[in-house]
Amino acid sequence: MTSQEIDSIIDRYDGKESAILAILQDIQAKEKYLPKEALEHLGAQLHIPLNKIYRIATFYRAFSLTPRGRHEIQVCLGTACHVRGGPRIVDQFTLALGIRSGETTPDRNFTLETVNCLGVCAAGPVVAIDGQYFGKMSPIKVEETIKKFREGQSDKREGLNGKD
Amino acid sequence: MGRINTPQDLERFRDEILSKRDLNRPCVTVCGGTGCHASGCHQVIEAFKKVLQDHSRGNGIDVRVTGCHGFCERGPLVILHPQKILYQRVKPEDALKIFQETILEGKIIDSLLYEHPTTGEKIIREEDVPFYKKQMRIIFGNNGSIDPTRIEDYLAVGGYRALAKALSSMHPDEIIKEVKKANLRGRGGGGFPAGVKWETCKKAPGDIRYVICNADEGDPGAYMDRSLLEGNPHSVLEGMIIGAYAIGAPEGYVYVRNEYPLAVVNIGIAVGQARELGLLGKDILGSGFGFDVKISRGGGAFVCGESTALMASLEGNVGEPRAKHIHTVISGLWDRPSNLNNVETWANVPVIIDRGADWYTKIGTEGSKGTKIFSLVGKVNNTGLVEVPMGIRLREIVYDMGGGIPGGKRFKAVQTGGPSGGCIPESLIDLPVDFDRLTEVGSMMGSGGMIVMDESTCMVDVAKYFTNFLKDESCGKCTSCREGTKRMHEILTEITEGRGTIEQIDLLEELGWVTSEASLCGLGMTAPNPVLSTIRYFRDEYREHILNKRCPAKVCRALLEYRILSNVCTRCGRCAKVCPEKAITGKRKTKKEEGEPFQIDTEKCIKCGICFETCKFEAVEVQ
Repeated sequence: MTSQEIDSIIDRYDGKESAILAILQDIQAKEKYLPKEALEHLGAQLHIPLNKIYRIATFYRAFSLTPRGRHEIQVCLGTACHVRGGPRIVDQFTLALGIRSGETTPDRNFTLETVNCLGVCAAGPVVAIDGQYFGKMSPIKVEETIKKFREGQSDKREGLNGKD
Repeated sequence: MGRINTPQDLERFRDEILSKRDLNRPCVTVCGGTGCHASGCHQVIEAFKKVLQDHSRGNGIDVRVTGCHGFCERGPLVILHPQKILYQRVKPEDALKIFQETILEGKIIDSLLYEHPTTGEKIIREEDVPFYKKQMRIIFGNNGSIDPTRIEDYLAVGGYRALAKALSSMHPDEIIKEVKKANLRGRGGGGFPAGVKWETCKKAPGDIRYVICNADEGDPGAYMDRSLLEGNPHSVLEGMIIGAYAIGAPEGYVYVRNEYPLAVVNIGIAVGQARELGLLGKDILGSGFGFDVKISRGGGAFVCGESTALMASLEGNVGEPRAKHIHTVISGLWDRPSNLNNVETWANVPVIIDRGADWYTKIGTEGSKGTKIFSLVGKVNNTGLVEVPMGIRLREIVYDMGGGIPGGKRFKAVQTGGPSGGCIPESLIDLPVDFDRLTEVGSMMGSGGMIVMDESTCMVDVAKYFTNFLKDESCGKCTSCREGTKRMHEILTEITEGRGTIEQIDLLEELGWVTSEASLCGLGMTAPNPVLSTIRYFRDEYREHILNKRCPAKVCRALLEYRILSNVCTRCGRCAKVCPEKAITGKRKTKKEEGEPFQIDTEKCIKCGICFETCKFEAVEVQ
């Protein structure tokens, strides 16, 4: 991310320090993580000490300080998904990808993470990959779901209907 | 349409919209809520658009994508107007058939109708489906009929009429009086009377005041705020404008979860449209009152649902709560008087102003008026969002609307109030649901998550789940909360892994008491609830884990063992094929050979349960 790009994000919020969360979210959305250089530049432009930026960046779940994979897998562990077997879905992804929650595969293809609630509770257990929802997941469906993304065959609008 | 300058202009514009609408014209509405997205509504929408384009030759059949209807279990949902026929679990390939048979020929397609689970009767209209029948959808009802991205749709169902009434004929004090009379209590969890809050904020010294909408719905298992904001954002906005007028606030904020992308987009569109029509901005409807709203996206911290933490986050700080010796209504955002209410609370305001407190207070119980939206999820047949009058019995929600427990299993408990709430056991299934009764039994209303649990849910595991959640989400400011949740989680882990001791139950109760007493904000004060309520009602399950090293619900993995019943095994070999650890051995039965029953090597088994799920002959047993 270039300094100019960061400056244009800052301008979007009139350079206000109170908009720091929004600015970081925009950087995160573009880069999928917060690069150190970007944070340094941001600090210098807004006259905010770097430690304050890091404090915010590490407090909120939305931010990552390390590069993410091309595909982000979010396994929901909200209460509804938990009682319907969400933890077993996480285990299956871990097994299939060889990474634990919070980690990225060495080929940087996938990042696996667990989230507290995606708000699609009725369809639980739910998994979201790159913002695309897969409802009524089961450990058996994990491999086929990964496959769609592994081979780059994902159709943005596809969802798995549980009754299939 | 340009700016609307007076209440009369608004009514004229409304009449103009209505005059252009022919209610008898066929219209296909497809639910575009997130639940239906997860079951593929997008493809259904595209399929309908294509079919209508190819075949209807522009004879004016609309496809309307609406917000969440609530019956997410049966999605994608399609409703055909004007007959209001409900088709459920619609697939893209059904679009052509629906067009040809139902729209053109008026024939009803039986296979797409909802079937009554016990009588087997096919039900045609949405309102006749048991899931909807006992509901009272005064807040959520319009979700299914309007396109949330069109302000015209909201105006067509009477939107912004309450705002016009408030601005043109009510003094701000009168509005507060009306909201107090309606006894509107905060729907975000606390249940504090909104009118009292508004009055305190209005009277607080200061030149600038704020109204804030808390849309940081962090409660796992609850998604009614998401559905309201996605499906009917103008109703929330209208409530905020009325509140701002009553309190005298020129500015407002919507703090919305960034994990809800559609909600962020739809409230953004709504704010833009309201500005364009002059319903936000200076001199709204010629009243001289000006108000505008900014949208702030949350950073994904559960604690930011707490008022002081949310305001700290809005200021661009970390979301740590502060002591509330001085309440946020006196000194909140940037040390100014700030009134925070949640999405559903704001959405109640236009209804109260439009229909009056006398009408509103006829609904509900003595201490809790109006309706509440619950997200009915977990081990229940009809999962989704239900809006019910306060005081309805738990049994009616779980059995009449929810259709009971799937798979003929036995009901065990309902968890309400999210991580701050508790579990309500079967013995209390006839409890009337309102703010006070839920608190009495050791749970709370919370934001309205209602997670149904059956015999295959382990209550110790549920307590562990919530303490795990809370230890991660505790901001760490108070030692009692930071350490208390962590220690409780450690103890619960030991119990679920068969390493617990009987004294630990007392220790959990003591820890819970200290955490609750010594923490600053709601998160810590209520953190022990899931633990304490499960000990209170399910102490036997704790004892079973500790004394007999057994998990009766067969959830706690360390206490389980999988094995294959050799007399049931058909030697098909499917289990061995899917086992990720190659822990299953045996010999497949073929035409030539008898084969050998399959067996699980318990040393290698990781207890993933895939064999159990794969076996079609119930030959895999869990102990």
